[in-house]
Amino acid sequence: MVPLNYFLILAAILFSIGVIGFVMKRNVITMFMSIELMLNSVNLTFVAFSRYIQNLSGQIFVFFVMVIAAAEAAVGLAIIVALYRNRESLNVDEADRMKL
Amino acid sequence: MMTFDQILFYALAVIAVLSAIMVITRRNPVHSALFLITTLFCVAGIYLQLHAEFLAAVQVIVYVGGIMVLFLFVIMLVNLETLSQERRFNRQWHIAILVSVVLLVEFGTIIWRGKAALQLPANQPLMDTLTTNNSEQLGVVLYQQYMLPFEIASFLLLVAIIGAVILAKRRLSSDGK
Repeated sequence: MVPLNYFLILAAILFSIGVIGFVMKRNVITMFMSIELMLNSVNLTFVAFSRYIQNLSGQIFVFFVMVIAAAEAAVGLAIIVALYRNRESLNVDEADRMKL
Repeated sequence: MMTFDQILFYALAVIAVLSAIMVITRRNPVHSALFLITTLFCVAGIYLQLHAEFLAAVQVIVYVGGIMVLFLFVIMLVNLETLSQERRFNRQWHIAILVSVVLLVEFGTIIWRGKAALQLPANQPLMDTLTTNNSEQLGVVLYQQYMLPFEIASFLLLVAIIGAVILAKRRLSSDGK
């Protein structure tokens, strides 16, 4: 049986990679993917704790995080499409005004 | 001697981390998306190892089948030429490394200090696994204990649908069309 620590360390590494990607990338789509990566690593922590504490609430939380991720992806990608339509660019440095 | 469990975990973890690194280093977003799908599959495999079978299925269906396909659609809607001209490292990589080192040290300290408390038993199943399975247990908890959050989540999805439709709708031109 794999100890709980290993799952937590894996989740920590994935989360950090997501943070690096979010800060380093300037392309808004890749930044979005980094957010998905971070959400996934948190989900992994939830499931691991749910298994080791013998409580199903952790898995329910993962379920809700997935709902949030889906809603976020739908709205966020719609914003990306609107941004691209107005600015012809996906660089976040160029999207610094809310007005056109 | 490593058990089969451990070998499987190491294999999935290594593939997940390597493809996560590829996600943030590839310049072409289509490649990033495909590597992210690999990571998501590996995490689904780890869910299976943790006996969260329902969540593993939902991970593949919702994340890979829904969210990532949406990503790929949007990548194809926008112009790929402008996307691939991005530099791999820009001036913010110092901050990125700094933030992630701080985070990793923090996580490491917490996991290290809590090492004794994290020695939890894992052998016994959650409930009686002979008569109920993971989906059934999850359904009972979700529809009894977490009924209100479930309804609120469905409402949130409705709001997200409406918001996405309004945002992505082609803007009606101001000259009255």
